[in-house]
Amino acid sequence: MLDDFMVRAALAGLGLVMATGALGSFVVWRRMAYFGDSTSHAAILGVALSFAFAFPLYLGTLAVAVGMALLVAWLTGRGQSMDTVLGVLAHSALAVGLVAVSFVPGLRVDLDAFLFGDILAVGKDDLVWIWGGAALVLALLIWRWQRLIAATVNEELAMASGIDPKFERLILSLALAVVVAIAIRIVGALLISAMLIVPAAAARGFSRTPEQMVGFATLAGIISVLGGLWGSLRLDTPAGPSIVVVAAMIYALSLVTYRR
Amino acid sequence: MTDATPLIHATDLTVRPSGAEVPVLAHVDFAIRPAEIVTVVGPNGSGKSTLVRALLGHVPLAAGRVERKPGLRIGYVPQRVHIEQALPMTVRRFLSLPVRVSDERAAAELARTGVPGLESRQISALSGGQFQRVLLARALLNDPQLLVLDEPTQGLDQPGMVGFYKLIEEVRSQTGAAVLMVSHDLLVVMRASDRVICLNGHICCEGTPQAVSAAPAYRAMFGADSQGMLALYEHHHDHDHDHVGTGAGHDHHHHHHH
Repeated sequence: MLDDFMVRAALAGLGLVMATGALGSFVVWRRMAYFGDSTSHAAILGVALSFAFAFPLYLGTLAVAVGMALLVAWLTGRGQSMDTVLGVLAHSALAVGLVAVSFVPGLRVDLDAFLFGDILAVGKDDLVWIWGGAALVLALLIWRWQRLIAATVNEELAMASGIDPKFERLILSLALAVVVAIAIRIVGALLISAMLIVPAAAARGFSRTPEQMVGFATLAGIISVLGGLWGSLRLDTPAGPSIVVVAAMIYALSLVTYRR
Repeated sequence: MTDATPLIHATDLTVRPSGAEVPVLAHVDFAIRPAEIVTVVGPNGSGKSTLVRALLGHVPLAAGRVERKPGLRIGYVPQRVHIEQALPMTVRRFLSLPVRVSDERAAAELARTGVPGLESRQISALSGGQFQRVLLARALLNDPQLLVLDEPTQGLDQPGMVGFYKLIEEVRSQTGAAVLMVSHDLLVVMRASDRVICLNGHICCEGTPQAVSAAPAYRAMFGADSQGMLALYEHHHDHDHDHVGTGAGHDHHHHHHH
């Protein structure tokens, strides 16, 4: 069964949305969209470095993503007016990555695969990384769940209950770096943020509690992956962007339904 | 009451934000004892919230020390709690953060704070007054020995404020919890207090509401305008609560460190 490329693609996408439903909800609640952009754009630099030094792709990408996530978390912790700095970082990371890629022979040809994903080409070893990473992220979030939610609702209240909001922010940053690393083969660096934000945004209107929102976001992610792959097969469109298009359509539908 | 061990005892408390030359708070001595209602008043920027956060251990001290009674349970209602619109949250779910509580317990505290049956409502759909009472209910869930309320009536109208302070007094008499409040709606809040601390970077004066409102430092800070309203306040106060502040002694001392 795993020998069928469509089955592998579907499993890869479903593995990713297991993690993005929950993490994406946090990205929306905490207004971390730029955070996602910075970290995922930095992943291109990770890809270039991995190729240049013959390092395993996922490890190289993860290392650079973790570095960027820590840098952004540190900057965000320094004040509210970090919008511009985050914008600068997000786009500079992409530019530096693209320049670095030009120095690596052979990678230029494959660049599209890392910018927009190449989900139809994932192998069995990719599946191990993707599901392993998603399981790690889910385990982290479940372990810290009550504390993460409390720190997201209000940091002052959380501190009074003995929670360290900085530590919880660090947990989310690391989880984000892992998701970026596992998503790069699936939707590519440019669309990782979309997989985080769009299903969660679509889930907002139907949800009454944080847990419901995570559930609906995961469901929207599953529908997007399966619908996007099906559309891509039928219409011969690029798979990664097709998945995001379906997610955007669900979001648009949710707006109509939500307004009643 | 004054003989009991303080729940929190701070000496020579000084807080200076990193990079700032002038401390926000300097040489503040503070203690609060069981079942006491203490109110901190002062103009904007006088360090009221900083004092609260220092007592809770949320900000680093430049000097001095804060001793909290070991195992002290604190219920905290911070200033201006804003819950992100993108975060769906029912009242019931909010009460279970970060410690999950039973439905019975949640319902009991909502009833005590005067907002029964609100469990399934979205936090974002509550009025300002309802939300403050939900925050108070949440603060009461861990059986606090001390309630800390930072500007709890901000955005409430006059009847809303009076009702809220009445509720605080009820909670104190039911649970025996001490209450530390920060406020700038002077007159109403002072009516509900055993002791008032007048703060402006340092303690200008402190004592019973009557003693403080007669203190020159207080009058200098809040101006002669408050006189007419003070008379009103004293009238109401004597009328409603004769027992408060009559025998406690006019022990207002003046601190001047500069």
